[in-house]
Amino acid sequence: MTAREYPAELTVQPPPLGELRLLAGTQPLSLTEHISRYGPIPRLAGPAQLIAEVERSGLTGRGGAAFPAGRKLRAVAEAARVRARPGRAGWAVVVANGSESEPASRKDAVLLALAPHLVLDGIALCADAVGAGRAYLCAGHSGSTRALAAALAERDRAGLSRIQVQLTDTPDGYLSGQETALISVLNGGAPLPTFVPPRPAEKGANRRPTLVLNVETLAQIGLIARFGAQWFRSVGAPDAPGSALVTVSGSVDRPGVREVPLGTVLGEVLRWSGLSRSAQAVLTGGYFGTWLPLPGASAVPVSEPGLRAAGAALGAGVLAVLPEAACGLAETARITGFLSWQSAGQCGPCRNGMPALAEAMNHIAFGRPGRDVLGWAQQLTGLLPGRGACHLPDGAAGLVASALRVFAADLTEHTRSGPCQGAAGAPVLPVPAAPMPADRSMR
Amino acid sequence: MSQSQEAASRRGAQRQSVPRQPALRRPQLRVNPIACEAHGVCIELLPELITSDQWGYPVLRTGAVPLHLEDLARRAVADCPTLALRLVLPE
Repeated sequence: MTAREYPAELTVQPPPLGELRLLAGTQPLSLTEHISRYGPIPRLAGPAQLIAEVERSGLTGRGGAAFPAGRKLRAVAEAARVRARPGRAGWAVVVANGSESEPASRKDAVLLALAPHLVLDGIALCADAVGAGRAYLCAGHSGSTRALAAALAERDRAGLSRIQVQLTDTPDGYLSGQETALISVLNGGAPLPTFVPPRPAEKGANRRPTLVLNVETLAQIGLIARFGAQWFRSVGAPDAPGSALVTVSGSVDRPGVREVPLGTVLGEVLRWSGLSRSAQAVLTGGYFGTWLPLPGASAVPVSEPGLRAAGAALGAGVLAVLPEAACGLAETARITGFLSWQSAGQCGPCRNGMPALAEAMNHIAFGRPGRDVLGWAQQLTGLLPGRGACHLPDGAAGLVASALRVFAADLTEHTRSGPCQGAAGAPVLPVPAAPMPADRSMR
Repeated sequence: MSQSQEAASRRGAQRQSVPRQPALRRPQLRVNPIACEAHGVCIELLPELITSDQWGYPVLRTGAVPLHLEDLARRAVADCPTLALRLVLPE
């Protein structure tokens, strides 16, 4: 089994409040419908205009790192300008990242299925802005590439293709969608993260200045170019303007992808998704995210600054609700095992630390942990962050640290009398099964 | 007390008399974790800033390299068998 198959198909839920921006309906928009809804693809006065407008909008990357999109655009445009030579027109490259290798996230797949042209608009606009003559659209979930190819053909027929977009299937695996791993794939290498510097903005695909943006970020740019920064900021919070797609799963009546104004409080977003039963916690960000207690964290704003103040992160917009009966330690142990297996094994601290963390967490969840194991787990969560080429060990350490904090009561019970009832129950958060040990040695 | 720790404590005693330098744009140590193979040369040379984890891989103290350790830091960078250790200016 691969990471791709999880979770089960999710439905799209339009937001009951605010404007529908990215997700107009539950049917894919054809090019004609797209143009009649959003208007024609705007031609801007010059590259500087788009970059300035995106900067004014305050748009941040929606792939997980929440880096200011305008600053990224400017960095790539500048790198391309510095490297400009005769015969190097269109030297830069745009990479639209829709890999979505996060098992609990479906937002990019839903966006690409329902509003492919909004993403393609963003690609064309950004290519103009940074001076790119080539673009890649990397899709993760199988099945989406055929629909995207149809959308590209539609644009070709209408004479609206301003840039050649190459569709690429991102390989399976948790790290494949990571920015530098994706660049490595496009350069014919393995889907493994590389050490930065050089950043993709300086030397990325084909060793050229490369703009890597998440597909949702590109779709938002498609809107900002049409309606402006001020319109973009008319929803959301002053410190986190605009809307964002979130994937709500777990113990809610209406799981799925929905568009929410940033800054909406967590309790409200979960209520829209039908949180009726009592729940004990929510996993925010993704599988390398952070547990927050419920209902304690209900007033935390769903935005990067809001969640950061609560010790969490918006990440890729994953919100997975854990029901009262489940065991958060067992869920965390399974996810940590998955992350450990997904480690590329390139960096010593991760190669050694991740299996150790997974084993400790396994013991905490399914054994009867003593003080030594707890101390070791705590120590590892402090030792792993910041020491890999990518942030996988940081994420796993943060996840475990938050679990030990949020599920402290369960921890006491496990220590006193072994695993609780919930630990024996079915997993709430889907985790792809680990391969046979032989598979690991071959990777 | 190992030799390197002794050397470190001697250097620590000297540090008292050195006036504090502004930390602005001072170089920092970084390790390329993909290239690092835990030879441990840097840990031996610069225990003030680099310690070992359970598996012999370096744990770097964050922040700028103090002026009085900069020569040693350059030495550690030059002597890394896999050229994984670097001295970089903060971005």
